[in-house]
Amino acid sequence: MARSVTTKRKMITTAAAWTIGLIIFFPIYWTILTSFKTEAQAINDPPLFFAFDWTLENYAVVQERSDYMKFLWNSVIIAGGSTILGILVAIPAAWSMAFVPSKRTKDILLWMLSTKMLPAVGVLYPISLIFVEFNLLDTRGGLVVVLMLINLPIIVWMLYTYFKEIPGEILEAARMDGATLKEEILYVLTPMAIPGIASTVLLNFILAWNEAFWTLNLTASTAAPLTAFIASYSSPEGLFFAKLSAASTMAITPILILGWFSQKQLVRGLTFGAVK
Amino acid sequence: MATKASRSAARFMMAPAVVLLLGWMLVPLIMTLWFSFTKYLPLRGDSIDRGLDWVGFSNYARFISSSSFWPSVQTTLVMVGGVLLITLVLGILLAILLDQPMWGQGVVRILVIAPFFVMPTVSALVWKNMLMDPVNGILAHLWRFFGAEPVAWLQDASLSSIIMIVSWQWLPFATLILLTAIQSLDSEQLEAAEMDGAPVLKRFWHIVLPHLARAITIVILIQTIFLLSIFAEIFVTTGGAFGTRTLTYLIFQRVIDSQNIGLGSAGGVYAIILANIVAIFLMRIVGKNLDA
Repeated sequence: MARSVTTKRKMITTAAAWTIGLIIFFPIYWTILTSFKTEAQAINDPPLFFAFDWTLENYAVVQERSDYMKFLWNSVIIAGGSTILGILVAIPAAWSMAFVPSKRTKDILLWMLSTKMLPAVGVLYPISLIFVEFNLLDTRGGLVVVLMLINLPIIVWMLYTYFKEIPGEILEAARMDGATLKEEILYVLTPMAIPGIASTVLLNFILAWNEAFWTLNLTASTAAPLTAFIASYSSPEGLFFAKLSAASTMAITPILILGWFSQKQLVRGLTFGAVK
Repeated sequence: MATKASRSAARFMMAPAVVLLLGWMLVPLIMTLWFSFTKYLPLRGDSIDRGLDWVGFSNYARFISSSSFWPSVQTTLVMVGGVLLITLVLGILLAILLDQPMWGQGVVRILVIAPFFVMPTVSALVWKNMLMDPVNGILAHLWRFFGAEPVAWLQDASLSSIIMIVSWQWLPFATLILLTAIQSLDSEQLEAAEMDGAPVLKRFWHIVLPHLARAITIVILIQTIFLLSIFAEIFVTTGGAFGTRTLTYLIFQRVIDSQNIGLGSAGGVYAIILANIVAIFLMRIVGKNLDA
């Protein structure tokens, strides 16, 4: 008796959850589907859900007309470069705060977080001026540095919360055995920290990939990543739904796949360890 | 035991991150503050090299008294408030639903989380064209199917449309955090209440909601900080037209479109102050958590 009730209830929750899940996912599904239609089919009334001739033409057109690979490559360099640079700067800082905490550690952590809350638009002009002054406008290098700086607080925080979980006794034991600071970091700490570092890298790559204030405002063409490439579709010319879909699909697929791996880290990284 | 040597090593290791962030914070901030007190119109030949005229607080006064200021504050509040309301209410319901036993929970989670990973320019353009286009959008098809007149979403209901787009992007974040919090709820307590015959609503009100209070606060604060600086979604959909000009967008227009740096910088200082008021509350919570 009780069992059948739970099965029935399970069926209802399953149906409800799947329905809502599919509705939420629908815009993405619809974009991917449309990218395989011809432009005429893309605006067909009634909308075509299944029976149409699948075509890869849009992908070819987008690639040919806009040099998609250039934008993709810029995104990879900017997101990857800023993440690697950020990690290199953040690891020593997070390490020292987690293992050699002082009275000020907490204040420094909170202060770092506060820099993340500075509204970008408030400092848009100064940054542009600095970029002009140092010839950084529309360069990948300039964006790598800016995105590294805006994500650095999150990187430090995530690493700090991960490092905090490594038991200090292990380090002390290593020290007892005569390990030097270098050996301690290289052979004891690093292996234990790798999962945390990997999650941090993943989340920050995603955040940098999707960043759409500085990438739109500090690039023109040479260094423009995918966010700017997609924004160039905001003034439509004729039929363009299928091409927009193809371009969008290419821009979001890599991150959707990476994102699904990072669900758990997402909560931790974006709440600064306040929700685990 | 931390030795003196390891302390100085620690300080040395912290230095690059601290120095970089300090520079990143102070240099542009001081420049913005400086500009906000000057007449700075690059198109009329003003430049730092030639020296900027000091005008005191007149930019601050002008920014506030301009006819677009209060509407932009209102738009900002409606947008942030609307998105918070939608994402929190739906997020709580969705988190409770996803916490129930079901088949294919992992897949549903993936479907629900997906929008968070879509870059802002893509989600805004996909919604604007594929879904909300008054002629060819899927919503127009749906409206016609039910015999209704399609809506020109981004013109006639522009602010609500942007709220809808942004809510779609942030619902996964709220859901995920609330789900994480719900999963840490002691299920025995809920079962005991169920045994005692407490109705669903009562159980939700007296057990689930108090348990979620902290997570809800965190969602509100973090989303507010991100939502206050929403940019790309407005940039590629309405460009600030049709009553969608938020404070952030107004400042952007002053600085980039009208090239009035002094005025825009004064606006920027207001935005910084506003964000900091929210930030202080967030810091308190995060800080408390650090002690625990």
